[in-house]
Amino acid sequence: MEKPSASLWRKIGARYNIIGSECKTCGAKHFPPRIVCRKCGRETKMVDKKFTGNGEVVSFTKIMVPPDMFKDEAPYIVGIIALDEGPKVEGHIIDNGKAIEIGTKVRAVFRTMYVDGDEGPIYYHYKFEPV
Amino acid sequence: MSGIVGYGAHVPIYRIKVEEIAKVWGEDANAIKAGLNLKEKSVPGRDENAATIAVEAARRAVFHSGIDVKKLGAVYVGSESHPYAVKPTATVVIESIMASNNIMAADLEFACKAGTAGVQISMGLVDSGMIEYGMGIGTDTSQGRPGDALEYTASAGGAAFIIGREKKEIIANIIKTVSYTSDTPDFWRREGAAFPTHSGRFTGEPGYFRHTTNATKLLFENTGLKPADFAYAVFHQPNGKFPVMVAKQLGFSDAQIAPGLLTPLIGNTYSGASMLGLAATLDISKPGDKIMVTSFGSGAGSDSFAIEVTDNIDSKRSRITGVRKLMETNKKYVDYATYLKDKDFIKGR
Repeated sequence: MEKPSASLWRKIGARYNIIGSECKTCGAKHFPPRIVCRKCGRETKMVDKKFTGNGEVVSFTKIMVPPDMFKDEAPYIVGIIALDEGPKVEGHIIDNGKAIEIGTKVRAVFRTMYVDGDEGPIYYHYKFEPV
Repeated sequence: MSGIVGYGAHVPIYRIKVEEIAKVWGEDANAIKAGLNLKEKSVPGRDENAATIAVEAARRAVFHSGIDVKKLGAVYVGSESHPYAVKPTATVVIESIMASNNIMAADLEFACKAGTAGVQISMGLVDSGMIEYGMGIGTDTSQGRPGDALEYTASAGGAAFIIGREKKEIIANIIKTVSYTSDTPDFWRREGAAFPTHSGRFTGEPGYFRHTTNATKLLFENTGLKPADFAYAVFHQPNGKFPVMVAKQLGFSDAQIAPGLLTPLIGNTYSGASMLGLAATLDISKPGDKIMVTSFGSGAGSDSFAIEVTDNIDSKRSRITGVRKLMETNKKYVDYATYLKDKDFIKGR
């Protein structure tokens, strides 16, 4: 078991609910959340932005040789999802029997991402599934 | 008087057939299917547990209810497969539905009836005026020892019910709830034990039938209602046979229990079972229908509810994902080896 870092709970907003940032100066939306707007720089006025989790597949790949933490998950699919609100996010795509292609519509679901052995914490995270 | 203002359900997409399990243990699949009145059961994905199922159900319940989730005053999660021994499932739920942190939350355990206990607690808090809305969730990824009879039935799923008191929001009034409880060791799992133990064929009468029957009769006495007054009835369903038998004993017809009898298709979802049955029944209910629900949890106890559907059910109908639809969409069958892997039953990894 690895001693969990503070990100286990500090990043819950992003991991559970896809909460990113929106710049009130220029309207740019960001995920993961940012302190400074990529467009506005010092004019940044960031607020939290809850994304719906709906989007479409921009790119994907099937992982056959996973890192140790996902050794029992392979093969699994990881992709880049363009959220309906704009930002592109990386995420696991669940194989629910529906074809996964570029352009496939997906929605976010709530799943475990990683369970740290028998005694460590359980990391919950959004994943995507084809709709 | 409090009532249901919204509900939601979740059933994993994975299934394993009775035949697939029976062939491993050299048993007669047809005899088991007939004996249990069950053909397959749901299996959680590797990335699903009682908390993720609770969250999916809770999110659907919040959407269905249309309430301001920040006004939710309590969340109680009933399960016998909470992912942590110490660390609440309910806290994962409140964060994932973006509820206020000014909220009461706790995990409950009472075998298969902890979810309905959560509904009763929520009703008490709402009726007393302590909170505006409360949520009771029943969720499980239940354990069946490989080779045991329970392996054919122990499955995964859950449902969440939001209780409120605003008349214009209530889709079903809860007319009355009663419970019948006794110390009956028919089924148990000790701290640290991976699988439950049960008293085999002797659990039925002193456990399921005694408590289900007594709670239901108590409900009849308290309300003056009788089986013919109900459009539908839902019972806890550890297999597909017991609820049919107890319904008949109490005077309900097969037609009354048909909408809520899900175990033949998804197995026993434990804390989720009677609540999923109620959700499936509400899916097809009309205003004015009365529904009788009696849960059962080993150990043992039963909670019985008399529910009457209101006119508001139709206006929220488009916001619900029906239980039968959830059960039938994207079903994926797994073989026994995959089932063992996904349940983490394989040693040495």
